Amino acid sequence: MGSARLYLAVAARGFRRYASYRAATAAGVFTNTVFGLILVYTYLALWDERPDLGGYDQAQAVTYVWLGQCLFAALALQGGGVETELMERIRTGEIAVDLYRPADLQLWWLAGDLGRAAFQLLGRGVVPFLVGGLFFPTALPTRFDTWVWFAVALLLAALVSFGIRYLVALSVFWLLDGTGVSQVMMILGVFFSGMVLPLNVFPGGFGEVARALPWAAQLQVPADVLMGETAVAGAFAFQAMWAVLLLVAGRLVQSAATRRVVVQGG
Amino acid sequence: MSGRMGTTEGSEGAFIEVDGVEKVFDVRRRKGLLRRERHQVRAVDSISFTVARGEMVGYIGPNGAGKSTTIKMLTGILTPSGGRLRVAGIDPSRERTRLAHRIGVVFGQRTTLWWDLPLIDSYKLMHRMYRIPDARYRENLARLVELLDLGDLLEVPVRQLSLGQRMRGDIAAALLHDPEVLYLDEPTIGLDVVSKTRVREFLRQVNAERATTVLLTTHDLQDIEQVCSRVMVIDHGRLVYDGALAGLHEVGEGERTLVVDLEREFPPVEVPAPARVVRVDGPRQWVAFPASEPAAGLVTRIAERYPLVDLSVREPDIEAVIAQMYAERAGRAPTQSS
Ligand SMILES: Nc1ncnc2c1ncn2[C@@H]1O[C@H](COP(=O)(O)OP(=O)(O)OP(=O)(O)O)[C@@H](O)[C@H]1O
Ligand SMILES: [Mg+2]
Repeated sequence: MGSARLYLAVAARGFRRYASYRAATAAGVFTNTVFGLILVYTYLALWDERPDLGGYDQAQAVTYVWLGQCLFAALALQGGGVETELMERIRTGEIAVDLYRPADLQLWWLAGDLGRAAFQLLGRGVVPFLVGGLFFPTALPTRFDTWVWFAVALLLAALVSFGIRYLVALSVFWLLDGTGVSQVMMILGVFFSGMVLPLNVFPGGFGEVARALPWAAQLQVPADVLMGETAVAGAFAFQAMWAVLLLVAGRLVQSAATRRVVVQGG
Repeated sequence: MSGRMGTTEGSEGAFIEVDGVEKVFDVRRRKGLLRRERHQVRAVDSISFTVARGEMVGYIGPNGAGKSTTIKMLTGILTPSGGRLRVAGIDPSRERTRLAHRIGVVFGQRTTLWWDLPLIDSYKLMHRMYRIPDARYRENLARLVELLDLGDLLEVPVRQLSLGQRMRGDIAAALLHDPEVLYLDEPTIGLDVVSKTRVREFLRQVNAERATTVLLTTHDLQDIEQVCSRVMVIDHGRLVYDGALAGLHEVGEGERTLVVDLEREFPPVEVPAPARVVRVDGPRQWVAFPASEPAAGLVTRIAERYPLVDLSVREPDIEAVIAQMYAERAGRAPTQSS
């Protein structure tokens, strides 16, 4: 397909673009590593008190922490992917330029975001993960196929993550300013993706709800796939359902936005 | 798919058809602390025109007249509130993506290029995006690079280009896919005289070689004079003039000036109203008369009564005419509704 080459080129550009922010990458690696250390010692203390909390043993809890730090930037769990640029383009009216092109807006930004995610997984994720693996007891799988399933789960997670952020960005067509929604998204994202604590540890109705929300598809589910804590088929179905729902919703909102709403500026 | 002899146009072969098109914006304005007042701005108010294939049309009007809004509707990124609009037989806002392959757009104040990439990389993305066949892409790129003198700039990141360089880069980007129509919204804004001349020359050339239809908005009347055979004037969302540039003089109720050199100094010559002497300088006198009237009668009359040595007729300054037109209309009730 002709357009596959276009979106590949866009993804490659997303990758290169984020690769060019060297200082930001270095700072991010440092932050994720330090944050990982803090969380690991906190978790170790917690799991000393409550062994088997959330069904994880200590090694699994440690693995979970480092996985979170590894995926934090790649999955833009608190925002900060291409949607920041998209919001800015909507706010300033630059979006007009994107709209009179024969490219699909959603696919265009999705491709760019996947390129970004790929870079951030390598550039920002690998180091914290290695630190975790080398200096702490972890529960990483030895079977090759588990790693393959994990990769699939990551790809689905990236789609869900983009789906959420794309909707948030489109809201700027109506709100004209993305600061508020970005902050809400950041708080919800950090908590409900399980960056603070694995969602498994929350009991009762609240835990049920937290584990059913789309953010759960981003960190909790891939972590459980990696550590063999969940049935792979069910995990994929959950992620795919959210990915499809969010991307379809994104398309609907996109057509409403471009039809009824106004492009800013002369 | 884009053949020059498209069969999709409207009945009279018009390439762009605009029929009673309106655009009303809902504007919310803060009134006091919490109260918000809603009102409507009629940015484009029932405009109709057609543009034939290969025409070069200037679209002018004061700030806020509705030029950019019209162009946005023609590209499909704004949906009209009313009326009918077709470009190459396509309803732009319905089939924005299909139309996109056939139009080129340059918004002088924005760029289609990617800031962080070298110019050539933006073109490579265009190549994929518009699915330009490889041979055609190479050929067009080579031609545009030559005509717009982009050779030394291809490897430079767009953010490092000067305004004029970037504009040339943008114009090339808009033409890589051989669009049938090119919309230019203030393509010479901020350019120096040399760059402006170059852009104008280039547009004429593209039109001559490829019969590209051009619709151009500008505040620089020289753009119009040097590029367009036809001009449309819009004010407060309404089309107030559509025709040849020369015809604006009459509509603008402009005056021409007859400059006469007499044998010696005279008091102001006697001429029938509304003609009148506006200046006397030694044996030379300036007589203003309505642009719509022939100069012959006036010349005869003066020659009969005075020793006439030499004469010349000065056309009104087109800029002055348009300024006068804008000012007159501003004096009347504006067409903003609430
Ligand atoms: N997004 C918008 N929301 C509300 N009103 C708008 C919007 N865009 C344009 N307008 C209004 O529509 C009118 C026409 O604007 P437009 O940008 O088409 O003018 P223009 O002729 O291009 O002017 P300029 O020469 O200054 O570029 C103006 O009164 C403007 O305030
Ligand atoms: Mg404008």
